[in-house]
Amino acid sequence: MDEFTHRGYAHPEVLVSTDWVAAHLNDPGIRIIESNEDPLLYTSGHIPGAVEVDWTKDLNDPLRRDYLSREGFEALMSRLGVTPETTLVFYGDKNNWWATYAFWVFQLFGHRNAKIMDGGRLKWELEKRPLTREKPSYPPTTYQAPERDDATIRAFREQVLAHVQTGKPLVDVRSPAEYSGERLHMPDYPNEGALRGGHIPGAVNVPWSRAINPEDGTFKPAEALRAIYEQEQGLRPDDDVIVYCRIGERSSHTWFVLRYLLGYQRVRNYDGSWTEWGNLVNVPIER
Amino acid sequence: MADYPSALSEILADFAFVTSRSERAELLIDWADRFKSVPEEIASPPYPEDHRVPFCESEAFVWACPRSDGTLQFYFAVENPQGLSAMALAAILDATLSGAPVEQVATVSPDIVLQLFGHDISMGKGQGLMGMVSMVQAAARAHLREKA
Repeated sequence: MDEFTHRGYAHPEVLVSTDWVAAHLNDPGIRIIESNEDPLLYTSGHIPGAVEVDWTKDLNDPLRRDYLSREGFEALMSRLGVTPETTLVFYGDKNNWWATYAFWVFQLFGHRNAKIMDGGRLKWELEKRPLTREKPSYPPTTYQAPERDDATIRAFREQVLAHVQTGKPLVDVRSPAEYSGERLHMPDYPNEGALRGGHIPGAVNVPWSRAINPEDGTFKPAEALRAIYEQEQGLRPDDDVIVYCRIGERSSHTWFVLRYLLGYQRVRNYDGSWTEWGNLVNVPIER
Repeated sequence: MADYPSALSEILADFAFVTSRSERAELLIDWADRFKSVPEEIASPPYPEDHRVPFCESEAFVWACPRSDGTLQFYFAVENPQGLSAMALAAILDATLSGAPVEQVATVSPDIVLQLFGHDISMGKGQGLMGMVSMVQAAARAHLREKA
């Protein structure tokens, strides 16, 4: 944990190192959870004892565009063999892009005892640590979750519109080409596309991956993060910030950075993101 | 099904019978294990940008080289070591389209990505994979134009 304290983070306790994970592989109070973009990675090999949480299958409502219900979350936690006391450690590919997304969804249900493995799968592999294809099985638990809290860390379109009208800060974490409207979507994925390109008025563009050291996937130290979000973009820790991307996954990474590494108290993830905003009738768009 | 090269049609038919996500993953991992990167006599890093698959986050590259029988030999590179899906697709495209009638290769649609990987891959992943197929298709069409 000292390593993360030295990096100046507001909440160093939400990160664990690969060393720490390697030392806790057999700890019954820890559940290691892999969450990836590439659907083949977990099956091809994962940290021994790690379970998989798949963003499409496990985290979403099967019918509506929404996250799983309280009952669904309880069933998921039961399947993972998790109790409210279990420490969850998320990691994954793409510099923990999907790990932070799963972490964010879990926070909607208040499982505070959760951490991210700094560097994710990339760092674990670079260090040539063990991977296994053996899928673990844990005895199911009884997990009682609170109702999903959609107010504290999640934003909906009406709130985003009010945010725009009052000039509060938004961060668009997509690529510059998406932000400018040059790139919309691919033809065969209209469900993830949008009819209009551009960005929400007033949003600044900070691609999510700028918070990462690309060579090993670790988070940049707080000073470097402040240089990006505060000196460069003018955000302040007491700001009420909404972050968004295309469907809310990349922005969960920036939500994690602002909320936990820089200690912003009021950060919400607009998971409707551009796939909603870019299809809405009569909302303002900027290019 | 379109008039695809027979080897590709057979693989697509196999995948049509896949019912579980884990079975699909195992099949695709088997293909990824067979992936061979472009040989050095064709290209070596840093690879030229005109062979890069647009928007592919696995940093895939594609080459199409004429063979003496008039068909094309396809080569691929995947620079992201975690790009298993890209490696699996590259292995399938090489095994089924290299040496196949170019007229048929030119008809292969990027839709095959959904047939192989299912519909629950992310937009970013799907876009890169479809880009690989599109580059193969474009190379076949360009080859046909040159021959015309």
